[in-house]
Amino acid sequence: MSATTTAIPGQGGPGQGALGREGGAARLTWALADSWTMTRRELAHWARQPVAVLVNLAFPVMLLLMFTYLVGGGRGVQGDPTEFLVPGMLALTMAFGLESTMLAVTQDLNKGVIDRFRSLPMVPGAVLVGRSAADMLQSTAALAVMAGVGYAVGWRWHNGAAAALGAVGLLLLLRFAMLWVGIQLAMVAGRPELVSAVQILVWPVGFLSNVFATPATMPGWLGAVVEWNPMSATATAVRELFGNPGGATGSWAAEHAQLLAVLWPVAIIAVFFPLTVRKFARLSR
Amino acid sequence: MAGNVTDAIVLDGVHKRYGEKRALDGLDLTVGAGTVHAVLGPNGAGKTTAVRIMSTLLRPDAGRVTVAGLDVRERASDVRRRIGLLGQHAAVDEQLGGRQNLEMFGRLYHLGARRAGSRADELLERFGLADTGRKAVKQYSGGMRRRLDLAASLITEPDVLFLDEPTTGLDPRGRAEVWGAVRSLVGGGTTVLLTTQYLEEADQLADRISLIDDGRAAAEGTSDQLKALVGGDRIDVVLRDASRLAEAAALLGSPGSLLDPDRRLISAPAPDRMAALTGAVRALQEAGIEAEDIAVRRPTLDEVFLSLTGRPGGGEPVGEQAVRETKAAA
Ligand SMILES: Nc1ncnc2c1ncn2[C@@H]1O[C@H](COP(=O)(O)OP(=O)(O)O)[C@@H](O)[C@H]1O
Ligand SMILES: [Mg+2]
Repeated sequence: MSATTTAIPGQGGPGQGALGREGGAARLTWALADSWTMTRRELAHWARQPVAVLVNLAFPVMLLLMFTYLVGGGRGVQGDPTEFLVPGMLALTMAFGLESTMLAVTQDLNKGVIDRFRSLPMVPGAVLVGRSAADMLQSTAALAVMAGVGYAVGWRWHNGAAAALGAVGLLLLLRFAMLWVGIQLAMVAGRPELVSAVQILVWPVGFLSNVFATPATMPGWLGAVVEWNPMSATATAVRELFGNPGGATGSWAAEHAQLLAVLWPVAIIAVFFPLTVRKFARLSR
Repeated sequence: MAGNVTDAIVLDGVHKRYGEKRALDGLDLTVGAGTVHAVLGPNGAGKTTAVRIMSTLLRPDAGRVTVAGLDVRERASDVRRRIGLLGQHAAVDEQLGGRQNLEMFGRLYHLGARRAGSRADELLERFGLADTGRKAVKQYSGGMRRRLDLAASLITEPDVLFLDEPTTGLDPRGRAEVWGAVRSLVGGGTTVLLTTQYLEEADQLADRISLIDDGRAAAEGTSDQLKALVGGDRIDVVLRDASRLAEAAALLGSPGSLLDPDRRLISAPAPDRMAALTGAVRALQEAGIEAEDIAVRRPTLDEVFLSLTGRPGGGEPVGEQAVRETKAAA
């Protein structure tokens, strides 16, 4: 075989050799196949590290139990503090998913395996799709486990299945937005030390929300900051949809929480998705 | 430089800057199809940058690069179908098993699930990894990891294979394993471009060698041609008594000797290895000069560099290398 041969030995399916010229259908087929391969990679990581998977699922559950029984979150709420806390913790877990995304992408970028992917004739975006699919799956599992534990400690939804599904949708939308923030941070920061920094910094942001306490109990200026936190919008909207006490404050942000719970993530995605895709394409600069 | 049909790789005036740093400063390189070509240069010469450009991971700022007859900028994805890359750092997923890695890469080459699996098994077998295929790569030894990496770069039997410092950081056994694997490719028609800091490695594996320095080609030729530039092999003599260095150097006779009083070392050209060795032993004995160590060795990269650029390269110091080779011989 000489350097000018066009055939590739051992080739399989269609699309070989002339992906670009075969048009949209073949391209889409390979985009899906590559994305699936990259998703499988993440699933294989889980299968090899069941303990890590369990720890990741257990951590938010532990937080939930801690804030319910030890810290006594949800004080000053009219209604059951547990019913207030559980939706808040769900929103917090989705938002903090940012860390695990950033960690995973940082590890990939620092491991050289990303160079291998980039030197293969795969659809480049598949790396990002695989990451998103795996993180969304993980987060869905986390939601299910936390809802189960929440149920066990007395949390209920009161507005029927459709509203509850709407709430789950809003939670996953927030997670999806945080996914792109996480990837972007990993590509900008690029170093494992900075992941630890972010893992610490998410906490003040978490506390500056209405996840643990209602802004009604806070000084006015602080309450305003807290209410405009995207995590608060999702928490309030989800409380409404589940029919849980929301610690009503009567502010504009609280009144329009469901709208904000859609707008915030969509705005974040609108900014970070193109940034991330562009940054990824420019790894070759 | 038009580049001809039988050239697998052609670089023509390639420039690449990182901020103010010129990593490549007009690099020219031509590699014939089916040959093994070594790019030899010290740390920071621009080897990795050149390999990343040739393998489509990095865009050149200026200049033309064709691989397998294809322009790497315009036909990047076609180039990717024809190349294999063994980067300077392991480019495999450490959390997965060896087989899982190869199967995944096979799928991403669009071999299809079944073919990707059987190809993974073939390659594991070929690189002696069949028994450890299920183990996570992070439990592999350095040599095993490098072999897996090499297997991954051979999934589609590429036309052109890039190996960036394939043995740096490996112990002698790992190095021998990788050399064996590279040799097994030769004759299969694959063009191999490998970078290295060791003249010895280039010597062992390559048909031709390009010496690069500061992002530019400093010399090109077969290993014999390059070594001829520094006068071939060298003889190193370490004396017991530094005060007799000049006297001993005069006995060894040849012009072009280097004296290093700190190490009590004379390094002289040795055009004929055996004659130089026996001659030195006899002359020193007759003059009653005691030698602590005598060794004949190949010229080092440092010496080739010194003679080509007039300044030291990044290679090992003369004395250390001599000592190491003497120990290895013992
Ligand atoms: N990403 C980078 N940013 C800035 N400088 C770089 C970068 N990569 C390489 N360099 C510099 O470019 C030069 C060539 O580097 P490299 O191609 O890695 O050399 P080699 O592989 O021969 O050791 C070196 O001086 C190195 O410091
Ligand atoms: Mg390098």
